[in-house]
Amino acid sequence: MTSVRIFAVGGLISYRALFNWLTPAIYIPSLVVAPVFQILLMAYIGRSAGLASDEFYVVGNAVQYAAVPCLFAMMHLVGGEKYQNTLGAILVSPAPRLPLFFGRTVPVVINGALVAAFSLTVGSLILGVEIPVESIPPLALVILVAAFSCTGLGLVNAALALRIRESAVLTNVFFGFLLIFTGANIPISDLPGWMQTISSYIPFTHAIEAARELVDGAPLSSVMSLVGQEVLIGVVYGVLGFLLLRFFEYQGRRHSTLDRT
Amino acid sequence: MSTLRLIYAGWRFHVKSLTMSSFFILLSIISPIIFASMAYFMFRAGARPGSLLYVSLGAAMMGIWSSTLFGSGGAIQWQRWQGTLEYCIASPPPFILVIAPLTLATATVGLYSLVATLTWGWVFFDVPFRVEHPLQFVVALPAMVAGLGLLGLVLASTFILYRQANALANLLEFPIWLITGLLTGIAILPGWVHPLSWILAPTWGVRALREAALGGNAWPDIAMCLALAAVYLVIGHYCLRYFEKLARERATLAIA
Repeated sequence: MTSVRIFAVGGLISYRALFNWLTPAIYIPSLVVAPVFQILLMAYIGRSAGLASDEFYVVGNAVQYAAVPCLFAMMHLVGGEKYQNTLGAILVSPAPRLPLFFGRTVPVVINGALVAAFSLTVGSLILGVEIPVESIPPLALVILVAAFSCTGLGLVNAALALRIRESAVLTNVFFGFLLIFTGANIPISDLPGWMQTISSYIPFTHAIEAARELVDGAPLSSVMSLVGQEVLIGVVYGVLGFLLLRFFEYQGRRHSTLDRT
Repeated sequence: MSTLRLIYAGWRFHVKSLTMSSFFILLSIISPIIFASMAYFMFRAGARPGSLLYVSLGAAMMGIWSSTLFGSGGAIQWQRWQGTLEYCIASPPPFILVIAPLTLATATVGLYSLVATLTWGWVFFDVPFRVEHPLQFVVALPAMVAGLGLLGLVLASTFILYRQANALANLLEFPIWLITGLLTGIAILPGWVHPLSWILAPTWGVRALREAALGGNAWPDIAMCLALAAVYLVIGHYCLRYFEKLARERATLAIA
């Protein structure tokens, strides 16, 4: 019961306390307006290069923008403890680590999915991309899965934030990396071979592909294998992130560097 | 003379200070490299490949704008966090002479983006870097820095009242990249956007660099950069005075 409480209540309280982007003055510019302009920017670059349709960029960038809330929120939710000098208190508590850390990911996934869904809706309306009504429920599922899988990477990012001082820069690097490697803006087939290989093992690649197929009218059943791969990637990154958190916690205790900022 | 000395000393101090910030340097270098790489791939794969040097200079200007935007946006906020904003305002020189060197320095540090992007393109994407009119290029650089830096001053002045300056900076990054046509040119944008493009220094800055590098006539664009810089200086002066007065009246100067 305690674990369930730590997971649900603790996760939500931590999210509200540590993710300071939730204030409208930050949330609206960063997570409501900025993704729409990212979609427009990429669509116009795409038009200029004569590379792909507006639909390609609307779907790709809307899904990929979930990276911003997912990566930054996870960084805040763990790294933020360090800056508020509460990390030590958290880590000496007897709370089981699994619900402690994974409870924090649930609001992040939901918010990431909402940001992506909103961007997709507004981007489609502005650029006149038509989404079949019957595709909306499966698209919602794909977006949720994409946010889940990126939150797994976010957990890795959060763990690194315990160790790396410039965690905001690292988060921006992850974001840029996902912008190039996931096929959000460049068809995967146009990337060099080694980049195509990497793209298969990172969040968003499969979700973006699935979302594009759904927007083109494909049924959910035809993209289930892509969705399954995306879930698997999310699980792998989540486990890796958790193990890294435990490792850096151990290292931090050993070298007395937990609260070093 | 003392005004020039103050501006020079402030600019030099802030360039050194920003250069010591790993956050700022990484942001100035990594972000434009990411966007340049993406643009290279897009234009290479697209049906209209265009000139990769054209793309390279656009991506570099994206980095310079980001540097100016986040630096100028943060200018007031950093002073608040460090508890020096009241001292800067209360010191004998006009506040504009304290802040303008900082915003100019952020645009200057943005030149790291130019070097990083051009080097990246040359090493990994075989983008040739041959400047057709070196003199125009050399003159265009400080003119562009002045234009962007003083646009940063206008931003910094408006941010006095806005506590979440970084969020506003996030908001302004993509739109300005878009409407100044850094990677696309402005001809492709809807007609109603063009007047907005014309009043923004990055539009003329990137045009000046491109004209100089690719063999056109950069002088009109350089002149536009300098003219806009003068306009921004006047606007920044009045905005700074007005917002400073409001912040004093509301006692929000030091509230971070």
